[in-house]
Amino acid sequence: MTGYSVRRMSSYHYAVGLALVIILIILAFLPTFLGKASLRLATEMAGYMALAVMWSLLAGYAGVMSIGQQAFVGAGGYTLFILAGFLNLPLIPSIILSGLMAALLSIPAVLVLFRLNGAYFAIGSWVIAEIFRLITAQSQMLGAGSGMSFPTAVAKTFGTSTERAALFWWIALAVVVFAIAAAYLWLRSSRGLALTAMRDDQDAAASLGVNILRNKFAVFILAATIAGMVGAVLFLGKLRISPAAAYDINEWTASIIFIVVIGGIGRLEGAIVGTFIFFTLRHYLADFGTYYLMALGAIAIGMMLKAPQGIWGLIYDRFGIEIFPLRRNIILKKEATS
Amino acid sequence: MTEFLNSVIQGFLIGGLYALFAAGLSLVFGIMRIVNLAHGDLIIAGSFLTFFVVSSLNLPIWISICCVLPLMAGAGYVLQRGLLNRTVGNNVLPPLLVTFGISIILQNVLLQIFTADNRKIDLGEIEIMSLQVGPIAMGWYAIIILGIAIVVIGGLEVISYRTRLGRVLRATTDDPEIARLMGVKTEHVFGLAMAIAMIICAVAAILFSAWTSFTPLSGPSRLLIAFEVVVIGGMGSIWGTLIGGVVLGVAQAVGGYLDPAWQNLAGHIAFIIILLIRPSGILGSNQR
Repeated sequence: MTGYSVRRMSSYHYAVGLALVIILIILAFLPTFLGKASLRLATEMAGYMALAVMWSLLAGYAGVMSIGQQAFVGAGGYTLFILAGFLNLPLIPSIILSGLMAALLSIPAVLVLFRLNGAYFAIGSWVIAEIFRLITAQSQMLGAGSGMSFPTAVAKTFGTSTERAALFWWIALAVVVFAIAAAYLWLRSSRGLALTAMRDDQDAAASLGVNILRNKFAVFILAATIAGMVGAVLFLGKLRISPAAAYDINEWTASIIFIVVIGGIGRLEGAIVGTFIFFTLRHYLADFGTYYLMALGAIAIGMMLKAPQGIWGLIYDRFGIEIFPLRRNIILKKEATS
Repeated sequence: MTEFLNSVIQGFLIGGLYALFAAGLSLVFGIMRIVNLAHGDLIIAGSFLTFFVVSSLNLPIWISICCVLPLMAGAGYVLQRGLLNRTVGNNVLPPLLVTFGISIILQNVLLQIFTADNRKIDLGEIEIMSLQVGPIAMGWYAIIILGIAIVVIGGLEVISYRTRLGRVLRATTDDPEIARLMGVKTEHVFGLAMAIAMIICAVAAILFSAWTSFTPLSGPSRLLIAFEVVVIGGMGSIWGTLIGGVVLGVAQAVGGYLDPAWQNLAGHIAFIIILLIRPSGILGSNQR
């Protein structure tokens, strides 16, 4: 009888793993050789990347099309301003609690939204984000329509503006590492196998006993948690929050969708590659204003029609490499006696 | 009390406009299974087209009707055949992302051409004339809007159930594969369906352009209204859009009466309540 073993990692993955550790160490020491402005940009990139990884997991694997993630980014941002800014809680617990607050708010939202299927879920999630925005804009406690500033006295306890930039960068780095690690470990687990089955064919997965709704639910809550933490750290960096900025669909959902579509949907590497492409385009083209946004829309449409697997999908098809090994390779053992 | 009744009736009448926003979205989803995220922006594009003809070219409103309706219909057909037909299929992701891209492009094209200023068409006296019934005053323009909505939605019903085109549309809705086997050119039918949806959008756009002011970024809120109306009225139900529109219009009016800032929120909350107690909508069949 022929035996077989399942191998996930190829030999090059030890080198990749080592490289990732080295990159992480370099990133942790970034404040020693980058200035304030560059650090702020890096912080922003980390936040976008975390959101993109989660959106890729949501739309690519779980089949949950949310265009309302700004609800949780905004909720996280506001929670942080209240906890750290006005209740004087320590910063790190406040960031974590902001994520948990977003998660808590996502539960009633998702219970309502799951009554809508497929594409209607998407617009429904947008309505939820609008409700969040309108309620925030009505709350005098949250500064109503004009929003609020982070108290300077509290901000000064985090150090000088250079020290603050470094601190916020480390938090953002921790959030994006947490997002990628959570997504990767989830996908490698047996629950991840269920998610991958859902990605390929939801009906078939359901018939094999995968609890579709429970998996969607779980992914949605994880994504909301991350979105809340990203909102917390990015608005902390800006020191100012308003309903228009906090619940901006273009900033927190449209750009993220662009990143995921360009990089490759349903692939963790795609979200990372897409983030670099998006920020490069933004750096060089954002001055063109409306034309820049038209170009982004056109690029996303072209990509979706011509290469729906995205840039990383093209690389994977050509070279078969993965940074985060999720593929299972079956190695057949030769029979000893024959 | 009279003031309250007035605003409720105003909301009731404006439900006709909301029904027109929704009918196109519902038609496109019913036949192509596409949720068109650019729906609101296409309506606003129609409003700007009307604005351009009436205010920039100084032509009478009826000429703008003659221009905007066929232009929007043609644009819809081309959009469907040129772009959206490639996204039709079992996967919900491609049509959503492509129409989202179109939405962003449209908004920015309109911003580039017309700037972010508020625009509105002036129809003159008809806007302020009202019908006095006892203590209640009903605006003539709002009555006309509801009347046109009933005619358009009734017309859609007639097309669906009394004509050959309607039979083909319904057959394609039920099963595009079988329809194709029966000799229906589904690509063409999809194009026609989008053209019809765009004609309804154009009617809504023209009426909307004189009702209230709009900017290039007003599209998304039109989309949300259209979507809520479809869900409230019941997916796939033609007359449901009218009922959904009226429910949403009245809910917004009641909210707005309590506090002007609560107008939109009240509409969203009505939508959530209907979704919780009757997920299939008021006129929808109960199957999910």
